[in-house]
Amino acid sequence: MKILVAVKRVVDHNVRIRVRPDGSGVETNGVRMSMNPFCKHAVEAAVQLAEAGQAEEIVVVSIGPKSANDVILTALAMGAHRGILVETDAELETLAIAKLLAKIVAEENPDLVLLGKQAVDDDSNHVGQMLAALTGRPQATFASEIKVTGQGLEVSREVDTGRQTLALPLPAIVTADLRLNTPRNAALPQVMKARSKPLATRAAADFGVDLAPRLTVEKISPPPERMAGKTVGSVAELAAFIAADISQMEAL
Amino acid sequence: MSVLVLADHDLGALSPATARVVHAVAELGPVEILVAGEDIAAAAQSASSLAGVTKVLTAEGQFAADSLEMLLSTLAVRYHYLVASAGSVGKDVIPRLAAKLDLMPVTDIVAILGPNRFERPIYAGNALQTVTSNQSKHILTLRASAFRAAASGNAAPIEPLDVSGISSAAKVIAAHRTQSDTPDLATAQIVVGGGIAVGSAEGFQLIESLAKKLGAAIGATRAAVDAGYAPNDWQVGQTGKIIAPDLYIAIGISGALQHLAGIQGAKKIVAINTDAEAPLVKLADIALIGDLFEIIPQLIAELDKTGLKR
Repeated sequence: MKILVAVKRVVDHNVRIRVRPDGSGVETNGVRMSMNPFCKHAVEAAVQLAEAGQAEEIVVVSIGPKSANDVILTALAMGAHRGILVETDAELETLAIAKLLAKIVAEENPDLVLLGKQAVDDDSNHVGQMLAALTGRPQATFASEIKVTGQGLEVSREVDTGRQTLALPLPAIVTADLRLNTPRNAALPQVMKARSKPLATRAAADFGVDLAPRLTVEKISPPPERMAGKTVGSVAELAAFIAADISQMEAL
Repeated sequence: MSVLVLADHDLGALSPATARVVHAVAELGPVEILVAGEDIAAAAQSASSLAGVTKVLTAEGQFAADSLEMLLSTLAVRYHYLVASAGSVGKDVIPRLAAKLDLMPVTDIVAILGPNRFERPIYAGNALQTVTSNQSKHILTLRASAFRAAASGNAAPIEPLDVSGISSAAKVIAAHRTQSDTPDLATAQIVVGGGIAVGSAEGFQLIESLAKKLGAAIGATRAAVDAGYAPNDWQVGQTGKIIAPDLYIAIGISGALQHLAGIQGAKKIVAINTDAEAPLVKLADIALIGDLFEIIPQLIAELDKTGLKR
C-alpha cells in the first residue's frame, strides 16, 4: 500500500504563546517552530506500517513557506521516502489546505492518507474530514489503533462514550490521536540521510485552487485572566468552602 | 434564518449537550433538530420537548461520518445554519459537510456575537479568535459547555426521513463504553478530576466516592489515562473533553498546559496537591496542600457534617 502523510509546521507545543498587543495575531517571530505533535503520530503510524511490510512507499507533504521543509525533513528522517512542499507564504484556511491536498491525492493516488487529528495552532480539526469529503473517501478520525485486514483497515477511535472500532475499505483517510503510538526521534545518521531523499517543491498557486480566505479574522485576544486564590490550612475549611459554593449554585 | 441542529445521543438518550446547543442557536432563527442513528425514539421525544424547537427530523439507521455527511448535504438547502456540538460526532462530520458544500466551517465556538460573528479559542485556549463569515450558509460546531441549556416543556412535531438511499462505506464493528453512573462529564455542573498522583485505578475509586457524594462527574488527566488509571473518555484537556463546570475539584493534578486548556471555563477551582508550587494550585480559588489519600476520606466525612445533599 502507498501512504500519503500530511504534516504541518507550527509553533512548538512547549512554547508559551503571546498574543500581539494590537490583536493582529500570536507572536511567531523568533519563536521555535516544529512539526505539529499529532502529525508526528501520523508519520510514525505510516513508518510502522512500512516496517511491518504493509506499506511500500510513504510520501510526506507539507503546505506552507519554504521553512516548512524542516518538518518534511523530520518526517523523512523518521522513515518517509520522499517529500513534497506545496509552497505558499499566505496563511491558508483549512478548506484551501484540503483542496490542495485533494490535488496531491489525485496525482499520487495513495491507498491511505494519514494526518494528525488537529494542529495545535488553530486547533481546527478539519483537514482530514474535509479531504475525505473532497476525495469521496471514508474516514476514521481520532485513531488510537490501525490494523490492516484483508478487506481494508480496522481503526479504533476515541469517541465521547469510550472507544469505537470502524472497518474501512481502502482508499481511506485516517487522522491520528495521541494514543496511536509513540513517535520516534530520528538518530543523527537518519537525519543526515533524510537530506539526500527526494524533496520536490511546488508552488501552491500552480494548482488552480481558490486559496482566498472565506472568513475574516477580526481580532485575536488573550483569554480573561484568572484571579489568584488562597491556600487553606484544614480539611474543615475546604469542606466549608465546597459546601457554600454548591449551595450558591443555580440549578441547571 | 432557519437552523438545523444535529443531535448528540447515546444508548437511546439525548445528550445534555444538545439542549445547550439549541439554547445557544435559538437567537439565530427557528430551530429544527435531526436525530440520526439507531434506537432514537426516546431521544427524538426529548428533542421535541426543548424550548425553541419547531420540528424534529429522525433518520433511523447506522451512520458514520460519510453517510451522515450525505444525509446532511441533502437537507442543507433548507437551512441557513447547520450546527452540531463540538463532540466526537460533530467534529467528525461538520468539517466533512462543509467541504462537501464548499464552505469554510467555524468550529468549537464559545460565543455567538451576532448572526455571522463568532468567537473560538485557538492555541489550546491561550488565545481567542473573533471571526466573521459572509458565506451563504454557516456550518458550525459549538462547545456545549460554554452555553446554558434550553428549557423543556415543548412538544414539537416529529417527522421521520426516508434514508433508504444512504449507506456508509465505514462500518462500526465494535463499541466499548465506559460504565459509570456519574453525570455527563462535558456538561456536568461539578467535576472531580484526578491526576497521575492518584496512583492507580483503585485510587480512582476514592475520586469516584467523592464524586458520588457531590453528584459530580469524574475527569482525569492525560497522564492518568495513559497510565491506565482511568478510561480515555474521562480525559479532560486540549485533546480530551473541554469542561466548564461551576466547580472543579482537581486532585493530585499539577496542571500541565494541555489539562489547563480543558478547564479554562471552570467558574471555581479547588486544588488538593502535595506541591504548593504546582501551576494548578497557583490558579485555584482555594487550595489545600497535603496527601490526597488522607484528605479525601476526611473531606467526605466533613461534607457529611455540613449536611450537604446532592
